[in-house]
Amino acid sequence: MIENIPLSHILIFSTLIFFTGVYGFLTRKNMITMLISIELVLNAVNINFVAINKYMFPEQLEGHFFTLFIIGIAAAEAAVAIALFINLYRNIRSIDVDEVTEMKH
Amino acid sequence: MDSYQFTIWILILPFVAFLVTGVLNGKLSPTISAGISIAAIALVTALSYFTAISYFFLNSAESYEAIQAASVTWLRLTDTLIIDMGIIIDPISAMMLVVISTVSLMVHIYSTGYMKGEDGYARYFTFLSLFSFAMLGLVLATNLMQIYIFWELVGVSSFLLIGYYYKKPTAIAAAKKAFIVTRFADLGFLIGILLLSYYTGTFNFMEITNPEGALISNPIAGTFMGFSVMTWALVLIFIGGAGKSAMFPFHVWLPDAMEGPTPVSALIHAATMVVAGVYLVGRMFSVYALAAPEALEVVAFIGAFTSLFAAVIAIVQTDIKKVLAYSTISQLGYMMLALGISGYGAEAGLGFTASMFHLFTHAFFKALLFLGAGSIIHAVHSNEMKDMGNLRKHLPSTHLTFLIATLAIAGIPPLSGFFSKDEILAAAWQANKLYFAVEYLVAGLTAFYMFRLYFRVFWGQERKYDHIHESPASMTVPLWILAIGAVFAGFLPFSHLVTSDGQPFDTHFHWSIALASVGIALIGILSANALYRKESDKSAKIRASLGGLYVLVDNKFYMDEFYLFVTKKIIFRYITSSAAWFDKHIVDGLMNLIGNVTMAISVRSRNFQSGNVHQYAMVFLTGLLLIVMVYFYFNPN
Repeated sequence: MIENIPLSHILIFSTLIFFTGVYGFLTRKNMITMLISIELVLNAVNINFVAINKYMFPEQLEGHFFTLFIIGIAAAEAAVAIALFINLYRNIRSIDVDEVTEMKH
Repeated sequence: MDSYQFTIWILILPFVAFLVTGVLNGKLSPTISAGISIAAIALVTALSYFTAISYFFLNSAESYEAIQAASVTWLRLTDTLIIDMGIIIDPISAMMLVVISTVSLMVHIYSTGYMKGEDGYARYFTFLSLFSFAMLGLVLATNLMQIYIFWELVGVSSFLLIGYYYKKPTAIAAAKKAFIVTRFADLGFLIGILLLSYYTGTFNFMEITNPEGALISNPIAGTFMGFSVMTWALVLIFIGGAGKSAMFPFHVWLPDAMEGPTPVSALIHAATMVVAGVYLVGRMFSVYALAAPEALEVVAFIGAFTSLFAAVIAIVQTDIKKVLAYSTISQLGYMMLALGISGYGAEAGLGFTASMFHLFTHAFFKALLFLGAGSIIHAVHSNEMKDMGNLRKHLPSTHLTFLIATLAIAGIPPLSGFFSKDEILAAAWQANKLYFAVEYLVAGLTAFYMFRLYFRVFWGQERKYDHIHESPASMTVPLWILAIGAVFAGFLPFSHLVTSDGQPFDTHFHWSIALASVGIALIGILSANALYRKESDKSAKIRASLGGLYVLVDNKFYMDEFYLFVTKKIIFRYITSSAAWFDKHIVDGLMNLIGNVTMAISVRSRNFQSGNVHQYAMVFLTGLLLIVMVYFYFNPN
């Protein structure tokens, strides 16, 4: 039944998620929200990988593997980013990105 | 040659004393610093006497040859042009060793009394050691470059010691004046060295002054403005010597240099450093006499003029040290004149011998006069003659030794000054009657102004003194030792020891000249006696009758004013101020323009680094989209 959905629909869907992420990254000031936005961007890419692998090269598996790889990296990245936020919060009592101006020129 | 290798210690010892006391200044107690300096100079004195005695008296050869006792290659400029550092022992350097070490030792001992309790007592002895090292290095130099290096070192230590009281503005000004004037003259010296070495390809004195050598037998070809290049080179070298020896017109620094401590004036500005110019001409004498007699005429003229000029000024000075300073200039003029009229060779070189003889005796009696003046100043705390009078009752030792030195410089037999001055007058009589007349007049003037000084200080009215007493033994003993030198130095058979070509010869005693010179000295003494022994208004009347002439002499012929006019009104205003404008506006302006442009660019580009993450992300995204659009525009498929 998934075959009934054309590839273009899935690509439009992933594009919507991608730009939602980009929009969130550019407008939000809270760093955790920004991190969530980056996750949206990554997941839009994951959807593209899986869908294109399934529709165009069904006999190969690189797209699937790449998706799993990205999920792993994203988990590690989230751990590092959150550790940074916690430390930042301990120091300046804020995780607003505009407050972090200590090293500006 | 090997037998004189120990002379290297004559240079090492004072240098080590300088380094040790200089580096440990403040860590050692001042007394120990002074002790180190004195021990070093005492050893140097012993070595110098040993060198001189073994060179002059334990030498079996007929004539005195120059010996190169040590030599190290220091700089190799080309294969033939090499700068060595070495030690030369010949009659004049051996004689100078005795003079320098004796006077220096006496001054070191004297200073322990004179400088007692002064700030920077240790620093003073450090500089004295530096000076002794430099002066000994100067006389022992084997080549022109080495002598030039030590020449400058002597100038620096003179500068440091004149400016010893560095909190006193006049002392600082005097130190700067001495340094700048002599440095200016040294420029001539350097150009002369370069000219000479360019044409001869050597710096070494042994090669340059060898009468059979290449330089003298084939003088440099080529002329410039009517004189040979050789004459120019030697006149330029003489200018360097004139600067150090305070010859007219470079004499202006020496009277001001009296701002330094009095023992320093005795050592540097009377007995040793100021004769460096005479020594330099003496060192190069065969070249002067054989290759460029015109240059020697310049030496003679400047010497004669300076001796008369300074003697006239000395008559009106009221500062006791200034009188002695002008007297020194006058006596240096004597020595220069004697060199200038001398020929080369045994009998013809009488002037050379006389000049070196006078240098030798003058060192003793002039150092004695300065140290005596120091003793007087120590007692009355003033330099001015009007604050002194009838001191012979209070300072008996100083009085007697001062009288001996005054008689010696006036040329009264049998004191040393008589013999050397007589020899100079005899040489002048043989060479040029006009110069003889000038020097004869100067001999009378010398006797007059020295006895004016003597009578005004030791005779005349008693002044109010507080706690006046004779100086301690550390000061009077050196006075007596130098007095022995001032009495007996004249009996040395100088013409058998120091001659222009190393061949001994016999001098004939000229009764007529000796009698005439004693006569004019007596006239000078008697007129000083009449005017100054008892205080009277006779001298004031003479002063009034001279009118403008007195004012002219009292202002030292306005030489200082002339220099100030030339430097401030002409050089500073027109030449240096325009150069300063160019530097400030063109050279600095270009640099500032480059700096300002860079600054402006960076201030503007700095805003790009806002630190705002959203801005960065926006720029990144926009750029990425642009690249993608450009890519698809050029690759539509």
